[in-house]
Amino acid sequence: MKKESLVSINDLSKEEIIELLEKAKSFEQNPNRRVLEGKVIATLFFEPSTRTRLSFETAVNRLGGRIIGFSDAATSSSSKGESLKDTIMMVNNYVDLIIMRHYLEGAAQYASEVSSVPVINAGDGANQHPTQTMLDLYSIYKTQGTLENLNITMVGDLKYGRTVHSLLQAMSHFNPTFHFVAPDELKMPQEYKLFCEQNNIPYYEHRDFSEEVINQADILYMTRVQRERFTDLMEYERVKNVYILHNSMLDGSKPNLRVLHPLPRVNEIAYDVDNNPKAYYFQQAKNGLYARQAIICKALGIDIE
Amino acid sequence: MTTAKKELAVAALENGTVIDRIPSEQLFKVVSMLSLDTIPNSITIGNNLSSKKIGAKGIIKIANHFFKDEEINKIALIAPDATINVIHNYEVVEKYHITLHDTLRGIIRCNNPKCISNNEPMETVFHVTRREPLEVTCRYCHRSMKAHEIEIL
Repeated sequence: MKKESLVSINDLSKEEIIELLEKAKSFEQNPNRRVLEGKVIATLFFEPSTRTRLSFETAVNRLGGRIIGFSDAATSSSSKGESLKDTIMMVNNYVDLIIMRHYLEGAAQYASEVSSVPVINAGDGANQHPTQTMLDLYSIYKTQGTLENLNITMVGDLKYGRTVHSLLQAMSHFNPTFHFVAPDELKMPQEYKLFCEQNNIPYYEHRDFSEEVINQADILYMTRVQRERFTDLMEYERVKNVYILHNSMLDGSKPNLRVLHPLPRVNEIAYDVDNNPKAYYFQQAKNGLYARQAIICKALGIDIE
Repeated sequence: MTTAKKELAVAALENGTVIDRIPSEQLFKVVSMLSLDTIPNSITIGNNLSSKKIGAKGIIKIANHFFKDEEINKIALIAPDATINVIHNYEVVEKYHITLHDTLRGIIRCNNPKCISNNEPMETVFHVTRREPLEVTCRYCHRSMKAHEIEIL
Protein backbone atom coordinates (compact mmCIF):
# COMPACT_ATOMS: atom_id res chain seq x y z
CA MET A 1 0.00 0.00 0.00
CA LYS A 2 1.22 3.48 -0.74
CA LYS A 3 1.24 6.32 1.71
CA GLU A 4 -1.15 9.14 1.01
CA SER A 5 -2.66 12.28 2.47
CA LEU A 6 -6.38 12.72 3.05
CA VAL A 7 -7.39 16.32 2.41
CA SER A 8 -10.96 16.01 1.16
CA ILE A 9 -13.59 13.27 1.09
CA ASN A 10 -13.59 13.77 -2.68
CA ASP A 11 -10.07 12.28 -2.75
CA LEU A 12 -11.66 8.89 -2.07
CA SER A 13 -13.29 6.65 -4.65
CA LYS A 14 -16.36 4.56 -3.84
CA GLU A 15 -14.12 1.49 -3.50
CA GLU A 16 -11.77 3.27 -1.11
CA ILE A 17 -14.71 4.42 1.03
CA ILE A 18 -16.05 0.87 1.25
CA GLU A 19 -12.60 -0.47 2.08
CA LEU A 20 -12.24 2.09 4.89
CA LEU A 21 -15.66 1.16 6.28
CA GLU A 22 -14.65 -2.52 6.36
CA LYS A 23 -11.42 -1.59 8.15
CA ALA A 24 -13.36 0.56 10.64
CA LYS A 25 -15.59 -2.43 11.34
CA SER A 26 -12.54 -4.56 12.01
CA PHE A 27 -11.12 -1.93 14.37
CA GLU A 28 -14.39 -1.78 16.22
CA GLN A 29 -14.11 -5.52 16.90
CA ASN A 30 -10.57 -5.03 18.12
CA PRO A 31 -9.45 -1.42 18.56
CA ASN A 32 -6.23 -2.30 20.41
CA ARG A 33 -3.50 -3.37 17.96
CA ARG A 34 0.09 -2.33 18.04
CA VAL A 35 0.41 -1.63 14.32
CA LEU A 36 1.88 1.86 14.95
CA GLU A 37 4.68 0.56 17.19
CA GLY A 38 7.74 2.73 16.64
CA LYS A 39 5.79 5.43 14.79
CA VAL A 40 5.54 9.04 15.90
CA ILE A 41 2.50 11.05 14.83
CA ALA A 42 2.00 14.80 15.10
CA THR A 43 -1.34 16.34 15.99
CA LEU A 44 -1.04 20.00 14.99
CA PHE A 45 -4.14 21.85 16.13
CA PHE A 46 -3.82 25.48 15.06
CA GLU A 47 -7.40 25.86 16.23
CA PRO A 48 -8.66 24.13 19.36
CA SER A 49 -11.01 21.19 18.80
CA THR A 50 -11.03 18.97 21.85
CA ARG A 51 -13.47 16.43 20.48
CA THR A 52 -11.59 15.77 17.23
CA ARG A 53 -8.15 15.84 18.85
CA LEU A 54 -9.07 13.39 21.61
CA SER A 55 -10.59 11.04 19.05
CA PHE A 56 -7.44 11.09 16.90
CA GLU A 57 -5.09 10.78 19.86
CA THR A 58 -7.09 7.86 21.25
CA ALA A 59 -6.93 6.21 17.84
CA VAL A 60 -3.11 6.56 17.75
CA ASN A 61 -2.68 5.43 21.37
CA ARG A 62 -4.80 2.33 20.89
CA LEU A 63 -2.66 1.44 17.87
CA GLY A 64 0.54 1.77 19.90
CA GLY A 65 1.87 4.96 18.27
CA ARG A 66 3.41 7.96 20.04
CA ILE A 67 2.14 11.53 19.73
CA ILE A 68 3.76 14.96 19.61
CA GLY A 69 2.00 18.23 18.86
CA PHE A 70 0.02 21.15 20.20
CA SER A 71 -3.65 21.78 20.84
CA ASP A 72 -3.77 25.52 20.32
CA ALA A 73 -1.87 27.85 17.96
CA ALA A 74 -1.14 30.16 20.91
CA THR A 75 1.30 27.55 22.25
CA SER A 76 3.01 26.98 18.88
CA SER A 77 5.55 29.05 17.02
CA SER A 78 2.86 30.25 14.61
CA SER A 79 2.04 32.77 17.36
CA LYS A 80 5.55 34.16 16.74
CA GLY A 81 4.69 34.58 13.07
CA GLU A 82 6.13 31.36 11.70
CA SER A 83 4.53 30.37 8.41
CA LEU A 84 2.57 27.14 8.06
CA LYS A 85 5.14 25.91 5.57
CA ASP A 86 8.00 26.36 8.02
CA THR A 87 6.08 24.62 10.80
CA ILE A 88 5.34 21.67 8.51
CA MET A 89 8.92 21.52 7.20
CA MET A 90 10.19 21.35 10.79
CA VAL A 91 7.64 18.81 12.05
CA ASN A 92 7.94 16.46 9.07
CA ASN A 93 11.56 15.89 10.07
CA TYR A 94 10.37 14.21 13.24
CA VAL A 95 7.21 12.27 12.45
CA ASP A 96 5.67 9.64 10.20
CA LEU A 97 2.29 11.33 9.84
CA ILE A 98 0.78 14.77 10.44
CA ILE A 99 -2.81 15.22 11.61
CA MET A 100 -3.69 18.87 11.26
CA ARG A 101 -6.55 21.18 12.17
CA HIS A 102 -6.34 24.76 10.88
CA TYR A 103 -8.63 27.78 10.89
CA LEU A 104 -7.73 28.74 7.30
CA GLU A 105 -9.42 27.16 4.29
CA GLY A 106 -7.10 25.16 2.05
CA ALA A 107 -4.44 24.85 4.77
CA ALA A 108 -4.51 21.03 4.62
CA GLN A 109 -4.07 20.97 0.84
CA TYR A 110 -1.09 23.31 1.10
CA ALA A 111 0.43 21.36 3.99
CA SER A 112 0.11 18.12 2.00
CA GLU A 113 1.97 19.76 -0.90
CA VAL A 114 4.94 20.90 1.19
CA SER A 115 5.11 17.95 3.60
CA SER A 116 7.34 14.93 3.03
CA VAL A 117 5.01 12.77 5.17
CA PRO A 118 1.26 12.21 4.68
CA VAL A 119 -1.16 14.78 6.09
CA ILE A 120 -4.65 14.01 7.39
CA ASN A 121 -7.00 16.96 7.38
CA ALA A 122 -8.76 17.25 10.73
CA GLY A 123 -10.73 20.28 9.52
CA ASP A 124 -9.62 23.39 7.62
CA GLY A 125 -11.91 26.32 8.38
CA ALA A 126 -15.27 26.03 6.65
CA ASN A 127 -13.71 23.90 3.91
CA GLN A 128 -13.29 20.16 4.54
CA HIS A 129 -13.40 17.69 7.43
CA PRO A 130 -13.12 14.28 5.76
CA THR A 131 -12.75 12.17 8.92
CA GLN A 132 -16.07 13.57 10.20
CA THR A 133 -17.64 12.46 6.92
CA MET A 134 -16.08 8.99 7.25
CA LEU A 135 -17.51 8.56 10.74
CA ASP A 136 -20.91 9.73 9.47
CA LEU A 137 -20.71 7.17 6.67
CA TYR A 138 -19.62 4.45 9.08
CA SER A 139 -22.53 5.30 11.40
CA ILE A 140 -24.99 5.09 8.52
CA TYR A 141 -23.45 1.85 7.25
CA LYS A 142 -23.48 0.29 10.71
CA THR A 143 -27.05 1.21 11.57
CA GLN A 144 -28.59 0.50 8.17
CA GLY A 145 -26.41 -2.42 7.10
CA THR A 146 -25.79 -0.68 3.77
CA LEU A 147 -25.15 2.73 2.24
CA GLU A 148 -27.22 1.99 -0.87
CA ASN A 149 -30.69 3.39 -1.66
CA LEU A 150 -31.23 5.29 1.60
CA ASN A 151 -33.46 8.25 2.34
CA ILE A 152 -31.21 10.84 3.99
CA THR A 153 -33.02 13.81 5.53
CA MET A 154 -30.82 16.77 6.47
CA VAL A 155 -32.19 19.38 8.86
CA GLY A 156 -31.15 22.85 9.97
CA ASP A 157 -28.26 24.89 8.62
CA LEU A 158 -27.70 23.43 5.18
CA LYS A 159 -26.05 26.56 3.82
CA TYR A 160 -22.91 26.81 5.96
CA GLY A 161 -22.76 23.30 7.39
CA ARG A 162 -19.67 21.71 5.86
CA THR A 163 -20.59 18.31 7.32
CA VAL A 164 -23.80 18.13 5.28
CA HIS A 165 -22.04 19.22 2.09
CA SER A 166 -19.32 16.59 2.44
CA LEU A 167 -21.83 13.91 3.42
CA LEU A 168 -23.94 14.76 0.39
CA GLN A 169 -20.95 14.38 -1.92
CA ALA A 170 -19.77 11.14 -0.30
CA MET A 171 -23.26 9.60 -0.36
CA SER A 172 -23.59 10.40 -4.06
CA HIS A 173 -21.83 7.09 -4.83
CA PHE A 174 -24.66 5.13 -3.21
CA ASN A 175 -27.90 6.11 -4.95
CA PRO A 176 -29.49 8.11 -2.11
CA THR A 177 -32.64 10.22 -1.98
CA PHE A 178 -32.16 13.50 -0.13
CA HIS A 179 -34.63 15.64 1.76
CA PHE A 180 -33.38 19.09 2.73
CA VAL A 181 -35.25 20.76 5.60
CA ALA A 182 -34.13 24.35 6.20
CA PRO A 183 -35.32 27.94 6.57
CA ASP A 184 -34.99 30.11 3.46
CA GLU A 185 -31.85 31.81 4.77
CA LEU A 186 -30.06 28.50 5.32
CA LYS A 187 -31.13 26.49 2.27
CA MET A 188 -28.83 24.01 0.56
CA PRO A 189 -26.63 26.10 -1.81
CA GLN A 190 -27.32 25.98 -5.52
CA GLU A 191 -23.98 24.30 -6.33
CA TYR A 192 -24.89 21.22 -4.27
CA LYS A 193 -28.36 20.98 -5.80
CA LEU A 194 -26.72 21.20 -9.20
CA PHE A 195 -24.32 18.46 -8.11
CA CYS A 196 -27.35 16.25 -7.27
CA GLU A 197 -28.94 16.98 -10.64
CA GLN A 198 -25.73 16.19 -12.52
CA ASN A 199 -25.49 12.86 -10.68
CA ASN A 200 -29.19 12.01 -11.10
CA ILE A 201 -29.80 12.12 -7.35
CA PRO A 202 -33.38 12.99 -6.42
CA TYR A 203 -33.77 15.69 -3.75
CA TYR A 204 -36.73 17.46 -2.15
CA GLU A 205 -36.68 20.76 -0.29
CA HIS A 206 -38.90 21.51 2.69
CA ARG A 207 -39.34 24.55 4.87
CA ASP A 208 -41.45 22.68 7.42
CA PHE A 209 -39.90 20.11 9.71
CA SER A 210 -42.99 17.91 9.68
CA GLU A 211 -43.65 14.36 10.81
CA GLU A 212 -44.48 13.54 7.22
CA VAL A 213 -40.87 14.25 6.30
CA ILE A 214 -39.50 12.43 9.36
CA ASN A 215 -41.64 9.33 8.77
CA GLN A 216 -40.07 8.51 5.42
CA ALA A 217 -36.46 8.97 6.51
CA ASP A 218 -33.84 6.28 7.14
CA ILE A 219 -31.36 8.82 8.48
CA LEU A 220 -32.24 12.13 10.13
CA TYR A 221 -29.10 14.25 10.05
CA MET A 222 -29.60 17.19 12.43
CA THR A 223 -27.42 20.33 12.46
CA ARG A 224 -27.26 23.44 14.57
CA VAL A 225 -29.03 26.61 13.43
CA GLN A 226 -26.61 29.30 14.56
CA ARG A 227 -27.79 32.78 15.40
CA GLU A 228 -24.73 34.45 13.88
CA ARG A 229 -25.60 33.04 10.45
CA PHE A 230 -28.68 35.26 10.15
CA THR A 231 -28.60 38.72 8.64
CA ASP A 232 -32.17 39.24 9.79
CA LEU A 233 -32.51 38.53 13.53
CA MET A 234 -36.31 38.68 13.27
CA GLU A 235 -36.03 35.73 10.90
CA TYR A 236 -33.82 33.90 13.40
CA GLU A 237 -36.34 34.44 16.19
CA ARG A 238 -39.06 33.16 13.90
CA VAL A 239 -37.31 29.94 12.87
CA LYS A 240 -35.06 29.08 15.82
CA ASN A 241 -37.62 26.75 17.40
CA VAL A 242 -38.96 25.31 14.18
CA TYR A 243 -36.05 22.93 13.61
CA ILE A 244 -35.99 21.31 17.02
CA LEU A 245 -36.52 17.58 17.23
CA HIS A 246 -38.71 16.36 20.09
CA ASN A 247 -39.18 12.71 21.04
CA SER A 248 -42.88 12.72 20.18
CA MET A 249 -42.03 13.64 16.58
CA LEU A 250 -40.40 10.22 16.16
CA ASP A 251 -43.57 8.26 17.04
CA GLY A 252 -44.44 7.37 13.44
CA SER A 253 -40.88 7.05 12.14
CA LYS A 254 -39.44 3.95 10.46
CA PRO A 255 -38.02 1.29 12.81
CA ASN A 256 -34.60 1.57 11.17
CA LEU A 257 -34.47 5.38 11.48
CA ARG A 258 -31.44 6.77 13.30
CA VAL A 259 -30.89 10.36 14.37
CA LEU A 260 -27.38 11.68 13.69
CA HIS A 261 -25.77 14.98 14.70
CA PRO A 262 -22.11 16.02 14.28
CA LEU A 263 -22.18 17.57 17.81
CA PRO A 264 -21.98 19.77 19.76
CA ARG A 265 -25.72 20.24 19.93
CA VAL A 266 -27.30 23.27 21.54
CA ASN A 267 -31.05 22.89 21.57
CA GLU A 268 -31.87 21.40 18.17
CA ILE A 269 -32.40 17.95 19.67
CA ALA A 270 -34.49 17.99 22.84
CA TYR A 271 -33.03 16.00 25.73
CA ASP A 272 -36.07 13.70 25.75
CA VAL A 273 -34.80 12.22 22.47
CA ASP A 274 -31.58 10.94 24.12
CA ASN A 275 -33.23 7.85 25.60
CA ASN A 276 -34.95 6.88 22.37
CA PRO A 277 -33.12 3.92 20.81
CA LYS A 278 -33.24 5.81 17.52
CA ALA A 279 -30.97 8.51 18.95
CA TYR A 280 -27.52 7.65 17.66
CA TYR A 281 -25.41 10.82 18.03
CA PHE A 282 -23.32 9.64 20.97
CA GLN A 283 -22.46 6.29 19.38
CA GLN A 284 -21.81 8.24 16.19
CA ALA A 285 -19.04 10.17 17.96
CA LYS A 286 -17.60 6.88 19.25
CA ASN A 287 -17.51 5.52 15.70
CA GLY A 288 -15.10 8.36 14.94
CA LEU A 289 -12.41 6.42 16.77
CA TYR A 290 -12.68 3.38 14.47
CA ALA A 291 -13.06 5.45 11.32
CA ARG A 292 -9.93 7.42 12.27
CA GLN A 293 -7.96 4.26 13.04
CA ALA A 294 -8.80 3.03 9.54
CA ILE A 295 -7.84 6.38 7.98
CA ILE A 296 -4.53 6.59 9.88
CA CYS A 297 -3.53 3.10 8.70
CA LYS A 298 -4.47 3.93 5.12
CA ALA A 299 -2.44 7.15 5.23
CA LEU A 300 0.60 5.24 6.48
CA GLY A 301 0.13 2.38 4.02
CA ILE A 302 -0.35 -0.11 6.85
CA ASP A 303 -2.51 -3.06 5.92
CA ILE A 304 -4.22 -4.79 8.80
CA GLU A 305 -4.70 -8.58 8.66
CA MET B 1 -4.04 56.25 -43.42
CA THR B 2 -4.18 54.61 -39.99
CA THR B 3 -3.48 51.21 -41.50
CA ALA B 4 -0.48 52.49 -43.41
CA LYS B 5 0.94 54.08 -40.27
CA LYS B 6 0.43 50.92 -38.24
CA GLU B 7 2.13 48.77 -40.83
CA LEU B 8 5.01 51.17 -40.92
CA ALA B 9 5.25 51.13 -37.14
CA VAL B 10 5.26 47.32 -36.94
CA ALA B 11 7.74 47.04 -39.74
CA ALA B 12 9.97 49.48 -37.90
CA LEU B 13 10.63 46.81 -35.30
CA GLU B 14 13.63 44.82 -36.42
CA ASN B 15 13.36 42.09 -33.80
CA GLY B 16 10.85 41.75 -31.00
CA THR B 17 7.25 41.18 -30.03
CA VAL B 18 4.08 43.06 -30.90
CA ILE B 19 1.03 42.52 -28.71
CA ASP B 20 -1.98 43.68 -30.66
CA ARG B 21 -5.70 43.96 -30.02
CA ILE B 22 -5.57 44.72 -26.33
CA PRO B 23 -8.81 46.38 -25.12
CA SER B 24 -7.90 50.04 -24.46
CA GLU B 25 -9.04 50.00 -20.83
CA GLN B 26 -6.79 47.01 -20.11
CA LEU B 27 -3.64 48.28 -21.82
CA PHE B 28 -1.83 49.54 -18.75
CA LYS B 29 -2.87 46.49 -16.73
CA VAL B 30 -1.20 44.37 -19.40
CA VAL B 31 1.92 46.55 -19.14
CA SER B 32 2.05 45.96 -15.43
CA MET B 33 1.19 42.22 -15.61
CA LEU B 34 4.12 41.68 -17.94
CA SER B 35 6.33 43.92 -15.76
CA LEU B 36 7.29 45.94 -18.81
CA ASP B 37 8.26 48.85 -16.57
CA THR B 38 11.24 46.83 -15.37
CA ILE B 39 12.80 45.86 -18.70
CA PRO B 40 15.32 48.21 -20.30
CA ASN B 41 14.37 47.50 -23.96
CA SER B 42 12.74 50.14 -26.11
CA ILE B 43 8.99 49.86 -25.89
CA THR B 44 6.33 51.63 -27.93
CA ILE B 45 2.83 51.80 -26.52
CA GLY B 46 -0.17 52.97 -28.50
CA ASN B 47 -3.65 53.32 -27.08
CA ASN B 48 -7.19 54.19 -28.19
CA LEU B 49 -6.43 53.15 -31.74
CA SER B 50 -9.49 52.19 -33.76
CA SER B 51 -10.14 48.51 -34.27
CA LYS B 52 -12.92 46.96 -36.34
CA LYS B 53 -12.97 43.91 -34.10
CA ILE B 54 -12.90 45.34 -30.57
CA GLY B 55 -13.57 49.10 -30.96
CA ALA B 56 -10.76 50.93 -29.20
CA LYS B 57 -7.56 48.98 -28.85
CA GLY B 58 -4.09 49.23 -27.48
CA ILE B 59 -0.86 47.93 -28.95
CA ILE B 60 2.53 47.26 -27.38
CA LYS B 61 5.77 46.80 -29.27
CA ILE B 62 8.81 45.56 -27.41
CA ALA B 63 12.16 45.46 -29.17
CA ASN B 64 14.44 42.44 -28.74
CA HIS B 65 12.23 40.71 -26.23
CA PHE B 66 10.37 37.43 -26.60
CA PHE B 67 7.92 36.00 -24.12
CA LYS B 68 7.59 32.50 -22.78
CA ASP B 69 4.16 30.91 -23.24
CA GLU B 70 3.21 30.94 -19.57
CA GLU B 71 4.34 34.53 -19.31
CA ILE B 72 2.22 35.82 -22.15
CA ASN B 73 -0.81 33.62 -21.57
CA LYS B 74 -1.58 35.19 -18.25
CA ILE B 75 -2.83 38.31 -20.03
CA ALA B 76 -5.59 36.11 -21.53
CA LEU B 77 -7.58 36.86 -18.37
CA ILE B 78 -7.92 40.55 -19.24
CA ALA B 79 -7.22 40.64 -22.98
CA PRO B 80 -8.68 37.40 -24.37
CA ASP B 81 -8.60 38.56 -28.01
CA ALA B 82 -5.00 39.76 -28.00
CA THR B 83 -2.70 38.52 -30.76
CA ILE B 84 1.04 38.10 -30.52
CA ASN B 85 3.32 38.89 -33.47
CA VAL B 86 6.90 37.69 -33.27
CA ILE B 87 9.20 39.79 -35.46
CA HIS B 88 12.56 38.75 -36.81
CA ASN B 89 14.39 40.88 -39.37
CA TYR B 90 11.38 43.16 -39.92
CA GLU B 91 9.25 40.09 -40.79
CA VAL B 92 6.36 38.63 -38.83
CA VAL B 93 7.64 35.09 -38.37
CA GLU B 94 4.91 33.96 -36.03
CA LYS B 95 1.42 35.23 -35.27
CA TYR B 96 -0.88 33.62 -32.73
CA HIS B 97 -3.79 34.16 -30.38
CA ILE B 98 -3.14 33.82 -26.71
CA THR B 99 -4.91 31.01 -24.90
CA LEU B 100 -5.94 30.69 -21.30
CA HIS B 101 -4.37 27.63 -19.71
CA ASP B 102 -6.40 25.20 -17.57
CA THR B 103 -4.26 26.02 -14.53
CA LEU B 104 -3.24 29.56 -13.57
CA ARG B 105 -0.29 29.85 -11.21
CA GLY B 106 0.60 33.02 -9.35
CA ILE B 107 -1.66 35.25 -11.44
CA ILE B 108 -4.89 35.68 -9.49
CA ARG B 109 -5.57 36.62 -5.89
CA CYS B 110 -8.22 34.53 -4.12
CA ASN B 111 -11.07 36.73 -2.92
CA ASN B 112 -11.62 34.60 0.16
CA PRO B 113 -9.80 36.37 3.02
CA LYS B 114 -9.77 33.09 4.99
CA CYS B 115 -8.02 31.21 2.18
CA ILE B 116 -4.55 29.92 3.09
CA SER B 117 -3.19 31.53 -0.10
CA ASN B 118 -3.92 35.00 1.34
CA ASN B 119 -2.16 34.19 4.58
CA GLU B 120 1.03 32.39 3.54
CA PRO B 121 3.90 33.48 1.30
CA MET B 122 2.87 31.03 -1.42
CA GLU B 123 1.87 30.89 -5.07
CA THR B 124 -1.86 30.94 -5.79
CA VAL B 125 -3.25 28.19 -8.04
CA PHE B 126 -6.55 28.44 -9.88
CA HIS B 127 -8.26 25.97 -12.16
CA VAL B 128 -10.35 27.23 -15.06
CA THR B 129 -13.64 25.45 -14.33
CA ARG B 130 -15.64 27.13 -17.10
CA ARG B 131 -14.60 29.16 -20.13
CA GLU B 132 -17.81 30.77 -21.40
CA PRO B 133 -18.52 32.68 -19.23
CA LEU B 134 -15.19 32.47 -17.45
CA GLU B 135 -15.10 30.89 -14.00
CA VAL B 136 -12.01 29.97 -12.01
CA THR B 137 -11.77 27.93 -8.79
CA CYS B 138 -9.11 28.18 -6.10
CA ARG B 139 -7.14 24.96 -5.68
CA TYR B 140 -6.94 25.54 -1.93
CA CYS B 141 -10.25 26.84 -0.58
CA HIS B 142 -12.38 25.88 -3.63
CA ARG B 143 -13.89 29.36 -3.88
CA SER B 144 -15.16 30.00 -7.42
CA MET B 145 -14.86 33.42 -9.01
CA LYS B 146 -16.42 34.88 -12.15
CA ALA B 147 -14.59 37.18 -14.56
CA HIS B 148 -15.66 40.44 -12.86
CA GLU B 149 -14.52 39.14 -9.44
CA ILE B 150 -11.02 38.27 -10.57
CA GLU B 151 -8.24 40.34 -9.08
CA ILE B 152 -4.87 40.11 -10.78
CA LEU B 153 -1.82 39.90 -8.54
